[in-house]
Amino acid sequence: MAVLPIKFTKTKRDKLAQVLWVLNWISVVTGIILFSLGIFLKVEINKRQDLMAESQLQSVPNMLIAVGLIACVINFLGGKICYDCVDTNKFLRWKLVMLPYIICTFFFTLSVLVGALMCYSMHGQLEEALTLGLRDAMRYYKDTDTPGRCFLKRTVDQLQIQFQCCGNEGYRDWFQIQWVSNRYLDMSQREVVDRLRSNVEGKYLMDGVPFSCCNVNSPRPCIQYQITNNSAHFNYDFHTEELNLWMKGCRQALRDYYTNIMHSVGLTVLIIWLFELSVLTGVRYLQTSLENVLRQGDPECESDGWLLENSFVETARSNFNIIKHLGKFNQINISSNGDPNIDKPPTAHYGPDNVPPKPLPMAS
Amino acid sequence: MVLLKIKFPFQKRVRLAQGLWLLSWVAMFSGAITFAMGVFLKTELHRRSEVMHSMDIHIVPNLLMAVGLASVGINICAGKVCQDSLDPSRFPRWKTFLPPFFCFSVFITSLLLVAMILSFALQPSLEESLKIGLKNGIRFYKDTDTPGRCFQKETIDRLQIEFQCCGNTNYRDWFEVQWISNRYLDFTSKEVKDRVRSNVDGRYLLDGVPFSCCNPASPRPCIQYSLLDNSAHYNYEYQSEELNLYNRGCRQALVNYYMGLMNTIGPCVLFDFLLQMTILVSLRYLQTAMEGVIGQENVEIETEGYILEKGVKETLLETKEKMKKILQFAQVGDASAVTPDTQPDAEKPATA
Repeated sequence: MAVLPIKFTKTKRDKLAQVLWVLNWISVVTGIILFSLGIFLKVEINKRQDLMAESQLQSVPNMLIAVGLIACVINFLGGKICYDCVDTNKFLRWKLVMLPYIICTFFFTLSVLVGALMCYSMHGQLEEALTLGLRDAMRYYKDTDTPGRCFLKRTVDQLQIQFQCCGNEGYRDWFQIQWVSNRYLDMSQREVVDRLRSNVEGKYLMDGVPFSCCNVNSPRPCIQYQITNNSAHFNYDFHTEELNLWMKGCRQALRDYYTNIMHSVGLTVLIIWLFELSVLTGVRYLQTSLENVLRQGDPECESDGWLLENSFVETARSNFNIIKHLGKFNQINISSNGDPNIDKPPTAHYGPDNVPPKPLPMAS
Repeated sequence: MVLLKIKFPFQKRVRLAQGLWLLSWVAMFSGAITFAMGVFLKTELHRRSEVMHSMDIHIVPNLLMAVGLASVGINICAGKVCQDSLDPSRFPRWKTFLPPFFCFSVFITSLLLVAMILSFALQPSLEESLKIGLKNGIRFYKDTDTPGRCFQKETIDRLQIEFQCCGNTNYRDWFEVQWISNRYLDFTSKEVKDRVRSNVDGRYLLDGVPFSCCNPASPRPCIQYSLLDNSAHYNYEYQSEELNLYNRGCRQALVNYYMGLMNTIGPCVLFDFLLQMTILVSLRYLQTAMEGVIGQENVEIETEGYILEKGVKETLLETKEKMKKILQFAQVGDASAVTPDTQPDAEKPATA
């Protein structure tokens, strides 16, 4: 019992082949789109590489790039095949290639689906990478004289200005690290010495934030230092002040930004996957209907096209048997395996009763 | 004496018509691009209109948009004329339409050159407009509670961050205005009272700048206040410190930005102008060549094409005479309506 059989007249077959040819070329374009989406994602992740700790994030754009390239090749080949399928003679050229092509394309569409799902499942990795990366960037903010870290101040400042965020989770993260380098601290001053002595590690901690945390929308000039000290500023209450600094944390800001990008990319990849799957189904129908035409001998006749010749269970069983026998090809064939040419006890058939004849008396 | 005569055999005429038809399509796209560039320039100028005092510079994008649209129409007409010129029976209907069409098209195309010249000539006007606009913006920076000015702080802050500039000419412009509102000044404090008393207008002036002047590329945390006081900060000398704040003035930054935009648009506009003039000249040749064919039995004869039938001076004189006649006709009509009595009066004494 075939799975989803459809009758195909000659004109219907020809039209199917032509439509599939056009669709395959459109799929080449979608393959290029996949490739460029992968490149875009890679560029976006690389732009903020300094702020992300080592992680497997690069695997997603790499997957998309590879899948996009393979899609172009596969669909180009598919286009050529469908173009030839209009003519039954030319189909004979491709007859042996088509089934492996369909199987390969089926597994390929699975990898497209995996790529799309990867886009959606990156949350956890992204969050962890951002937490660690931002924490380190803020810690090395003051090290503008250390090679390898001298650019981090600029990166963090530009990040906070562009994404309108402050600190890792909020502006209080800046209170816990020393972000003013020792080169700019006057160690002879009492205030500085007091602050350094006030904590175990000897860090210069204060309730102040860098200028890049300042909110442009604030009606008053930015208050960066002594943020938690209400008496240090006129008409100021830090409990109710919301517009002075950016309230959002940079981890959340970056996470939202990348999640938006990933979701859009993932949605596009899903749509492309559905499109590829439909093209594959069309090619399968075309292949089976053309093979049936060849089986019946008359190129003009009506034929059946189907997805699978037998039901799922039987096809799975027969494929499983084929795979089992494939694995046994280098074993020695003994009689129990069924090779009819090897010695085995004779089981000759002696007529209806199956009674062996008596041995003839020998002449003495 | 004909101006720039060229002989046109039949094949050459046909090829001219076909080539011109293709070229008119290219020029149509070029006109559309000119329009798009005008729209882009206008949007960019509009975005910063809050720091610009006058709108003089807007004439450049307005001209580009108008000419772009007009040239699309002109090129569609030119294409149609080319198509019809291959068929001698359909060409005569364009006869009366073409001369004014040429005058109009040449005028529109020359507007492109005018736009290009204006974009350079109006640079001082742009600079002046920005100077006044930025001065007002800096003056009203503190007035975040005054309706109509409450957005100035945000505008100036965003401008300074985006264009990496500080103040009008440089950061010292901030020392001359009170940019901290009185609402946030503690008038009981001695320091505030001293500062307010220290100048005639009673303004709170200080050697500090807003945070948006800070340069992220500086190796040390930003120094915004007490900028001229070396002893207020450790290891700081304001004369040699270059990375702390943005050194550029916002006026210079904005002028450079807009000049850069117009310099990029310039070559495209020039290309469009040359293309359009080529099409008009070729169309004129085609028209005059086809005029020799009209009324003839054999359409495949060789004709002459020219730009002007007579020389430049003679054509101008002719046009002046034509204009005078048209004006006189209007005037004579008025005279005969206003004074019908004077002539019989003049005749009367003679017959008396």
